[in-house]
Amino acid sequence: MNSVSVLEPGLYTSIQDIGRFGYQKYGVIVSGAMDSYALRIANLLVGNKEEEAGIEMTLSGATLQFQKTDLIAITGGDFMPHIDEKPAPMWRPILISKGSVLQFKFAVKGCRAYIAFAGGIQVPKVMRSKSTYVRAGIGGLYGRILQRGDGFTSGNWSYIAEALAQKLASSSQRYSWSVNPYPLIRFHQNPSIRVLKGSEYDRFDEASKQAFFSAPYTITPQADRMGYRLTGPSLALAEKIELFSEAVTYGTVQVPTNGLPIILMADRQTTGGYPKIAQVITADLSTLAQLQPNTSVRFQKVDLEEAETIFLQNEHILQQIAIQIEIKASY
Amino acid sequence: MNHLLTGAELRPINDSALVVQLGKEPSPMVHEGVMYFSTLLEENPFHGFIECVPAYLNVTVYYNPYLVYQSQSFHTIVSPFEIVCNYIKYLLHQLADQKRFTGSKIVIPVLYGNEYGPDLDYVAQYNKLSIEDVVRIHTEKEYLVYMIGFAPGFPFIGGMSKQIATPRKSTPRLAIAPGSVGIAGEQTGVYPLETPGGWQIIGRTPIKLFLSEQVPPSLLKAGDTIQFLSISHKEYQQYEQGGRKNE
Repeated sequence: MNSVSVLEPGLYTSIQDIGRFGYQKYGVIVSGAMDSYALRIANLLVGNKEEEAGIEMTLSGATLQFQKTDLIAITGGDFMPHIDEKPAPMWRPILISKGSVLQFKFAVKGCRAYIAFAGGIQVPKVMRSKSTYVRAGIGGLYGRILQRGDGFTSGNWSYIAEALAQKLASSSQRYSWSVNPYPLIRFHQNPSIRVLKGSEYDRFDEASKQAFFSAPYTITPQADRMGYRLTGPSLALAEKIELFSEAVTYGTVQVPTNGLPIILMADRQTTGGYPKIAQVITADLSTLAQLQPNTSVRFQKVDLEEAETIFLQNEHILQQIAIQIEIKASY
Repeated sequence: MNHLLTGAELRPINDSALVVQLGKEPSPMVHEGVMYFSTLLEENPFHGFIECVPAYLNVTVYYNPYLVYQSQSFHTIVSPFEIVCNYIKYLLHQLADQKRFTGSKIVIPVLYGNEYGPDLDYVAQYNKLSIEDVVRIHTEKEYLVYMIGFAPGFPFIGGMSKQIATPRKSTPRLAIAPGSVGIAGEQTGVYPLETPGGWQIIGRTPIKLFLSEQVPPSLLKAGDTIQFLSISHKEYQQYEQGGRKNE
């Protein structure tokens, strides 16, 4: 018997953890949550390990029915979640009763929403990960996005989950708190995205280098888990160069021959052969993942030292969040 | 080999990955350096190491900067990139004159032509050869697998004879069957999964190049050599019943 039934799947809903690492040398893509900070926080909120699998929804959300009382958390973009027709809170643990229906509408803020379940989702790991990789048909539920009529089961609760559930069950209004995702995820309009120079940055002509950092670029509707195609000033190399395929990663900004940049996202291929003008810093990938098609971004150049400092600061913030949740569970 | 390793250039991709550049032009020598280094790094990982990806000219090393930073006893260096670089330089010098890397040799049986290789006739015509010549030339050489990328288990293979080089199709096919063996320009390759593509398809192999439940999941790995073997329709069916077969 599944503990969660999918009444409506939404636009593109899949099971994702933080990614399938260790197999890129065999051409196996990493996948995983597009906004990994949101998934990691959702997991912490229900007493899971940060890397556990949750549900990722895109632009329009799912409708789920719970066959047992469950502890969940909703994070990421605001899809107007409702439980039994009443607005449900985000960024905090929720005790949802048996028979209840959790319904998401559409994204009013951000682009991707996440649900974590205490104990995670019980699907088999493929190559050490539960992430869905649709093209290879592996991971998640049957290697595909969720469909109406699907079901899955959440796992065994940790002691933190038990403690949080107890507080929620016995609590009054006073037990109301939530996690602030800022500055890990910025839901601003037209945010600036911080990038490092890409491997071939110096090979682009001066006009392109300047345009890339001064003009806004718009995310086209060709934006999915694999990559975001952008429109804006066209970019060109100073002279033709021969490139040999090499590894690319999440946030690599590559420029194919038409001159319009593509940002590689969670389901990117492992290697590529286009010139790379820039590389989004890891700390800004979540903000990027929350951008809807037809919104615009500006790119801001930072150096490696800054990228590393922000990365380490953000990890520290996540640790603080984990500690605060443990305290909330204990006292 | 020694100067290749000790002269390696290290550059960051971002806060969590760096490139160890081992050459400027693809060659079996650079390739050996690439395989040698990535194998040794996997055997001697540093704290926070995630994985590495060998390519034609370099190895990309992925790591978790937070774990790297924590691995120091006194936090004397603030940059995880610098910490990883120091370790890699140490490794490159330490290991510059040890054993050589050797890949496996793998035979890939192929049923050439007809419905499994619809473009075989075109490749023959284009190069003014007979079909038999194309098959002979394609099967007589051993090819080196430089890297795996693009799709799960997809090998980038070097060394095909220019005699059978053929440009890509002007209109790509929407779906190429798994196991299809093709030619694109001077490259040859095998498609592990169904994908769209513009390669000239000359045959198909019954063996599976990618099985997610196997360890490792990819039949081929960078550094292996492969040779194609022409088989009959009956042999094709026997292979299909026998599952993956390595020789």
